[in-house]
Amino acid sequence: MKLLNISGSPHVHSDESTKRIMWRVNMALIPALIVATLYFGVNALLVSIISVAACVLFQWLIEKFIMKVPTTISDGSAVVTGLLLAFNVPATASMLWIVVIGALVAIGLGKMAFGGLGKNPFNPALVGRVFLLISFPVQMTTWPKVGGIFPTRLFTDADSGATPLGIIKEHGTEALPQAWEMFVGHMGGSFGEVSALAILIGAIYLLCRKIITWHIPVAFIGTAFVFSGILYLCNGEQFIDPVTTILTGGIMLGACFMATDMVTSPMSKVGQLIFGFGCGLLTIIIRNWGAYPEGVSFAILLMNSVTPLINRWCKPARFAK
Amino acid sequence: MGGVHPHDNKISTEAAIEQFPVPAQVVVLMNQHLGAPATPIVAKGDKVKVGQLIGEAQAFMCANVHSPVSGTVSKIDICKDPFGLAKPAIYIDVEGDEWMETIDRTPDIKRECNLEPKQIVDKLKEMGIVGLGGATFPAHIKYSVPEGKKAEYLIINAVECEPYLTSDHRVMLEHAEEICIGISILRKALGVPNAYIGIENNKPEPIRVMREMAAKFEGIIVEPLKLKYPQGAEKQLINAITGRRVPSGKLPIDVGCVVSNVGTTFAVYEAIQKNKPLIENILTVTGKKLPSQHNYQVRIGVSYNDIIKHSIGELPETTGKVISGGPMMGKAMCNLDGPTVKGASSVLVIDESEAVRAKESNCIRCGKCMHACPMGLEPYLFSALIKNGRYEEAGAHNILDCIECGCCFFSCPANKPLLDEVRLGKNKYRGILAAKKK
Repeated sequence: MKLLNISGSPHVHSDESTKRIMWRVNMALIPALIVATLYFGVNALLVSIISVAACVLFQWLIEKFIMKVPTTISDGSAVVTGLLLAFNVPATASMLWIVVIGALVAIGLGKMAFGGLGKNPFNPALVGRVFLLISFPVQMTTWPKVGGIFPTRLFTDADSGATPLGIIKEHGTEALPQAWEMFVGHMGGSFGEVSALAILIGAIYLLCRKIITWHIPVAFIGTAFVFSGILYLCNGEQFIDPVTTILTGGIMLGACFMATDMVTSPMSKVGQLIFGFGCGLLTIIIRNWGAYPEGVSFAILLMNSVTPLINRWCKPARFAK
Repeated sequence: MGGVHPHDNKISTEAAIEQFPVPAQVVVLMNQHLGAPATPIVAKGDKVKVGQLIGEAQAFMCANVHSPVSGTVSKIDICKDPFGLAKPAIYIDVEGDEWMETIDRTPDIKRECNLEPKQIVDKLKEMGIVGLGGATFPAHIKYSVPEGKKAEYLIINAVECEPYLTSDHRVMLEHAEEICIGISILRKALGVPNAYIGIENNKPEPIRVMREMAAKFEGIIVEPLKLKYPQGAEKQLINAITGRRVPSGKLPIDVGCVVSNVGTTFAVYEAIQKNKPLIENILTVTGKKLPSQHNYQVRIGVSYNDIIKHSIGELPETTGKVISGGPMMGKAMCNLDGPTVKGASSVLVIDESEAVRAKESNCIRCGKCMHACPMGLEPYLFSALIKNGRYEEAGAHNILDCIECGCCFFSCPANKPLLDEVRLGKNKYRGILAAKKK
C-alpha cells in the first residue's frame, strides 16, 4: 500500500510566505522609483539598478562561499535592501560606484554577519547608508539640482542644488520650495525620499496587503509633526514649521518603509507605537540640535537597538489571566 | 482576539446523512475516551447484541463501551489504532443485526422526559456517552457539577469552525428536534435557565432551522457567531457567548459554564429517550480530489479502510494525508486498518500538493503568529526558547495556555513548524512541573 504522510496539525497553511512579502515591498517602492527617475534623470535609475545588483550579488557570494548555505536571493529581501539603500543617496555620478561599497556593508555587515534575513538587529539599508554618510561625507551631501518633469541631461553632476533642510541651515526658511512641491517631491534630496506622494501610494499598498500596520508610520510622523509644531510655536524664527518638517528629508520614506521593517521593529501594536514615537522624537532632536541636518537614519537605528527591549516589555494581552 | 481565516472548503454540506452498512468485523477499542480504558466484561466466544455492555467503566475518569454490532467475540487483544498506538480492544465477528430489546428503534420522536437530574447523569454514564467535539470527555463527569460550583450557562458548540467538516451541519439540518430535546434534558440535568447554541454565521441554513425549532422549546437561544477560526474552541466560545474568560489552568465550570458539542446532544437524546448507547458516529468523508462527498452514520469500530472502500472505492493516486478530524486540529492517520472510535468526526483526504510542508526559513519577526494566537501568546518566542532547551522560561510565558489550534503555524510566512515546537515545550514543561511536585 502507498505510504501516507503524517505530521502534527495543522495540515493546511495560509499562502503567506516571506518571498511574497518581500516582493510586495519591492512593488510598493516602484512609484518612488518612477518619480525619482522623472526628477533626477536616468542617474537615479542607474544607481538603483547598480545598488540592487550589488546587494543580490554580495548576498549570493557570501551565502555560497562564506556561509556555505543554499542561496536565498530569490526571497527578494536583498532587492528591498538594494532599493532602500539607493533611495537614501543622492542621484549623482559618483554614487554609481560608492553605492556598491554601501551595498557590501549593508548586506555583509548589516545582514549576513548576523546570520541572514531575520537575524539582523539593524535595518541593513540604513547600516549601509550611515556607513556611506560617515565615510563619504562630501559625496553623500552633494545634491544634484532637481530637473523638470523631463530632465534635459542624463548626468546631473554639473549643477549642484541643495536639500530643503540644507537651505534652512544656511539661508533660513524663505528660500524653501512650496509645500505642494515638497509633497510631490520637486526638491533636492536623496532621490527616493523626495516624493511624499509616491511613498504614500506605496505605503497604502502595503497597508492594504497587511504587510505593515498604521502604528509605526502614524506614530513616527505624528510625533515629528507635534514635536516640531510645539518648537515652531515657541520660536517660529529658529524652528521649521511642522508641515515642512514631515515633508522634507527622510521622514516619509523612513516612517513608511524603513521603520516598518518587520525584522527590526517591535511586534506588538503598543510596542510599535512606542517605536514610532521614539523615531519621531529622535529625528527632531537630531535635526535641531545635532551635527547633521537630517536624523532619520540615526533615529531608526537607535530605535532598532531597543526593539528587543520593547518586545520584552510589551507583551500581547493574554487571553487567560 | 487573534484567529485566522482558512478556506472553509465545506464541500460535503449537501450530502445527507446515510446509514453506513454493518461490516463483517469490528474492533472496539477499550479506551475511546479521555481517561482510563474500560475493562472488558465479555470473553472470547461470547455472543453479543447491538448495544450490549462489553467494556465497563471501573475507574473514575472512564466511560462504558457497548457493542456496536451483533455477533461473536473472536478475540480480546491489543490493536493498533489509526495513529499506530497499541490499545486493548475487543474483536467482534458480525452475525446479523440483532439489537438489545431495551433499545427503542422506532422512528417516533419521544419528547417527554421525567427523569430527575441525578437519574439523567446516571443514565449518561450507563450509556457510555462522551463529548463528541474532539476531547471525548466522559459526559457523566461533565454533568455532575462539583460541590461548591454552580453552572449558570449551558453552551452548545455547533460552531464547526474547522474547514471541511460538515457532520454537525448535517445533524442540525436533519435532527433539529432531537437536538433540542437533548439540550432540554441537559438543561434539566444542570438546572440552568438557558442554553445557548453557538453557530458560525457562515451556516445560514442550520441557523434558520435551529432557530425555528428552538422557538418551540423553553430556554434555548441560537447565537450566530462571527466567522473566525478557532471560534469553536471551548474558551473562545465561552468568551463569545458570555463575555467570561476561563482563567489559566481552570475549567469552564469555574466560570459557571458547561460546553457540549451539538453532536453530543443528539447522542444524549438517543441515550436518554431511546435507551440507545453511544455506538454510532456521524462522520464526514471528504476531500477535494474525491469522486464523491459523504456524511455517514457509522457504527463505532468499523475500520477506516472499510469506510474508504464503501464510500469512494479507493484513495486517489495523489493522496498525501488521511486525517481524522479537520485540517487545523485533526490527526494524520498512519494505519487505515485501525477502527473508528467515539468522537471520530471525519475521514479527510488531503492531496499531496497540500500535504507536504513548505521549506522552513528564518523567522522574520513579522509577529503574525503572535497576532493570530487566540490565547495572546508568543509562538515565535516559544520556538526560540524551546530550541535552546529553556522550557521553564517558556512556562513562565504561559506555554500551557496553548490550545493547539494551529493558527501560528498556519499564518507563519517562514513556514516554521511552531506548533510542533510548542507541543514539545508543553510536554517538557509538564515533566518539569511533575518532577517538582515529587
